[in-house]
Amino acid sequence: MTATEQHIPTPDNNLNDQKPVGFGRMLRKEDPRLVRGAGQFVDDVQLPGMLHLAILRSPFAHAKIVSIDTSAAEAHPKVKAVVTGATLETLNLAWMPTLSNDVQAVLATDKVRFQHQEVAFVVAEDRYSARDALELIDVEYEPLDVVIDVRKALDADAPIIRDDLEGKDNNHCFDWEAGDKEACDAVFADADIVVSEDIVYPRVHPAPMETCGSIADMDKISGKLTLWCTTQAPHAHRTVYALVAGLPEHKIRIIAPDIGGGFGNKVPVYPGYVCSIVASIVTGKPVKWMEDRTENLVSTGFARDYVMRGEIAASKDGKIRAVRTYVLADHGAFNGTAAPLKYPAGFFGVFTGSYDIEAAYCDMDAVYTNKAPGGVAYACSFRITEAVYLIERMVDVLAYDLDMDPAELRLKNFIQPEQFPYESKTGWVYDSGDYEPTMRKAMDMIGYDELRKEQAEKRERGELMGIGISFFTEAVGAGPRKDMDILGLGMADGCELRIHPTGKAVVRLSVKTQGQGHETTFAQIVAEEIGIPPEDIDVVHGDTDNTPFGLGTYGSRSTPVSGAAAALVARKVKDKAQIIASGMLEVSVSDLEWSKGAFNVKGDPSKSVTIQDIAMKAHGAGDLPEGIEGGLEAQICYNPENLTYPFGAYICVVDVDPGTAEVKVRRFVAVDDCGTQINPMIIEGQVHGGLADGVGMALMEMISFDEDGNCLAGSLMDYLIPTAMEVPDWETGHTVTPSPHHPIGAKGIGESATVGSPPAVVNAVVDALKPYGIRHADMPLTPSRVWEAMQGNHQAPI
Amino acid sequence: MEISMNINGDDVTMEAEPRTLLVHFLRDHLGLTGTHWGCDTSNCGTCVVWVDEEPVKSCTHLAAMAGGHRVKTVEGLETADGLDPVQEGFIQCHGLQCGYCTPGMMMTARALLDKDPDPSEEVIREAISGQICRCTGYSTIIRSIQWAASKERETAVSLEGSPA
Repeated sequence: MTATEQHIPTPDNNLNDQKPVGFGRMLRKEDPRLVRGAGQFVDDVQLPGMLHLAILRSPFAHAKIVSIDTSAAEAHPKVKAVVTGATLETLNLAWMPTLSNDVQAVLATDKVRFQHQEVAFVVAEDRYSARDALELIDVEYEPLDVVIDVRKALDADAPIIRDDLEGKDNNHCFDWEAGDKEACDAVFADADIVVSEDIVYPRVHPAPMETCGSIADMDKISGKLTLWCTTQAPHAHRTVYALVAGLPEHKIRIIAPDIGGGFGNKVPVYPGYVCSIVASIVTGKPVKWMEDRTENLVSTGFARDYVMRGEIAASKDGKIRAVRTYVLADHGAFNGTAAPLKYPAGFFGVFTGSYDIEAAYCDMDAVYTNKAPGGVAYACSFRITEAVYLIERMVDVLAYDLDMDPAELRLKNFIQPEQFPYESKTGWVYDSGDYEPTMRKAMDMIGYDELRKEQAEKRERGELMGIGISFFTEAVGAGPRKDMDILGLGMADGCELRIHPTGKAVVRLSVKTQGQGHETTFAQIVAEEIGIPPEDIDVVHGDTDNTPFGLGTYGSRSTPVSGAAAALVARKVKDKAQIIASGMLEVSVSDLEWSKGAFNVKGDPSKSVTIQDIAMKAHGAGDLPEGIEGGLEAQICYNPENLTYPFGAYICVVDVDPGTAEVKVRRFVAVDDCGTQINPMIIEGQVHGGLADGVGMALMEMISFDEDGNCLAGSLMDYLIPTAMEVPDWETGHTVTPSPHHPIGAKGIGESATVGSPPAVVNAVVDALKPYGIRHADMPLTPSRVWEAMQGNHQAPI
Repeated sequence: MEISMNINGDDVTMEAEPRTLLVHFLRDHLGLTGTHWGCDTSNCGTCVVWVDEEPVKSCTHLAAMAGGHRVKTVEGLETADGLDPVQEGFIQCHGLQCGYCTPGMMMTARALLDKDPDPSEEVIREAISGQICRCTGYSTIIRSIQWAASKERETAVSLEGSPA
């Protein structure tokens, strides 16, 4: 055991099994089925007469489609249908809207715009035959010049990718700015010191263990479509299908069963889902589409791909005065970013980080390239990964130039607790924070001062050891409907709670777990509010026919938005219960007090009715207080007042082999503050997972391309993900600074570690390389790239 | 072709194409969907099952190769006495989140503990190094396996001490 706050259960202590009526360590309700292999993932669903769909993809990154001959495929004895873009065009389904109000080809018609773009699909009796038949389709392509290097996308002679858009004569996707340019420039002109660095956040991929897929079942008689789908946002998807396919929304049922990890990869609507719907309509049978690993890596939502220039203006004693950045954002061939519409760069605007500064400015150009679409994914909290990486890398660059300790530099610049709510220079209102104790706790846990001494001794001996710090603030829980929507759908979430006559309950959510443990934590939220044990509360989610509308689970929004909805709906039920209790105890409502699970007469605890008694009364015989209907249930739709701002201090220790340039992560301490904790066991688990992501991105993961646009990361042999050998035993701790506007003070934790950890690892590696005079090196810090850096040949990874 | 094998103690015979992968044979032909599929290239290990007590990646193992052998899947871990200690350990130590890699991880863990009742952290890391989990960051998986090992050692001690 390495850290001070580890809670490691043993057969003797069963530490996690506290059976709380409310918040606390509680074993998950999901686990008994999942450890038996009895979960139901999309590919586990077998329907009578079900057919299988496979997609033919383009071998070229940019090419005109001259002709497609499907006759041989159609002649395959087990093939039921072959569909091309031309077929879809006749149904007006060749193009679909993306979540960013762009359009994306379902199947290419005029030309292909990225390698592995969808060109045609086959429906066959079994999955092997469907794949066989793809080989029988003959497509003639006329290859075109490609745009792969994002820095050349806006060149005057660059080929135009999106000539489907009327009047489009360049590859510009959008521009965006934040902050006050003039004020920022003035501070820079006046500063003692200015540091500047080119920083690339490479294209990476969430690569959930379960790939994406769907089963469409169109009932010809009722006209109702049921779609089992790997989606994090079932309700949003239903509305998109209503808009794309023109199907009446009440005739669409989306079922998201168990989901094998999402991380943002399962937010967008993919062509494959639409193809399965079309296939079911065409064949009259249920049709399953499951992509393979290559298809997942090369065609579904990537993450990051920001080329950034970071600049900090500071005083010579280390006061950060202003931050300025220019970003070139690679959005691929279609703008498939899943972010609130008025936030095309997501929440990158929080790039000023955790620091109290005088001015900030960001200028961004987003461009189209011949790569797969996506951009917002991989637990990025709508691009806060990129923002945190920029500022936390730049603070270390400043520390390098000032020859100042990076911990001291951060402590000197934090927003102070009395400044909250704090309005940043880019307009974000941080709800609450108390940064220094969190930072100090992480430093204590890792033994910061001793590590610096060890490092100094090792440097004397020529050994390379690095200590990297990252202090991040996130903005999560999108979002207030006044300015946050996706395709016009406000980002509020519904919740419905029904107490049965015997006092058991069912709570229905609009959000959807992909491993976060909603069936447990949402039962705990309701239990905390209404005193019914969580094991007596069933949590229903992932089925649009049986849950209230809401936008789903991504951007760490389940707890901040739906968690608030669950707490408030329970309070609404409790208010009604109190009126019924007043009738039962024959006192006025104001004479009652609540002790978790029961109302009693103030000053006389013996006169009491439990919530279970009240539930029976609400459904039973006899009169209820005047004006009160029978039953005990409520529904609400929660519109968040503001985002929530979790934060944390991460410290990583690495050793770099001077002979091989291999980086070994020796220790990693993460102290997180996500406000009120619902289930510390689940929080710790989510943090651990995000830390492994961060090590992966920092050291191994990258979706790369050759100059012709061939994707070089099409398998898990090429796209490297950390195993148990590449990560240390995580050491976690926490502080608690509740959100003032959230009903239970919770802030969300799902993405904190993915957001916060990459800069800690990179800062540690760069710190280890300080004897080589290295101030910056780009991810992924593979042995070869670190070696190149040590030889003075560091190259940006594009 | 006709393929026969013993799966979780039951003899089964099923018609399948010679090219059928073991993972598809189990899932699509026999409905044993507890074994998952993740990568096709033997990298992720979510498809790990046992063939004659040895963990294999069923996505790169032909069903025909398992013909005549004993195959054990996650569905065979639980016995009449209840959950396998490995399954219990994963629940107690939060060794899973989405649950997709879990069956493969547990099959490897069970095989490890059958050979080494008290593996060190390093031995456990090595044993599961051919498998990927995107949710847990591995620490809780390692604790889960240690939990099971500890429980089995305690049970073994108490059995030794009990009257014959």
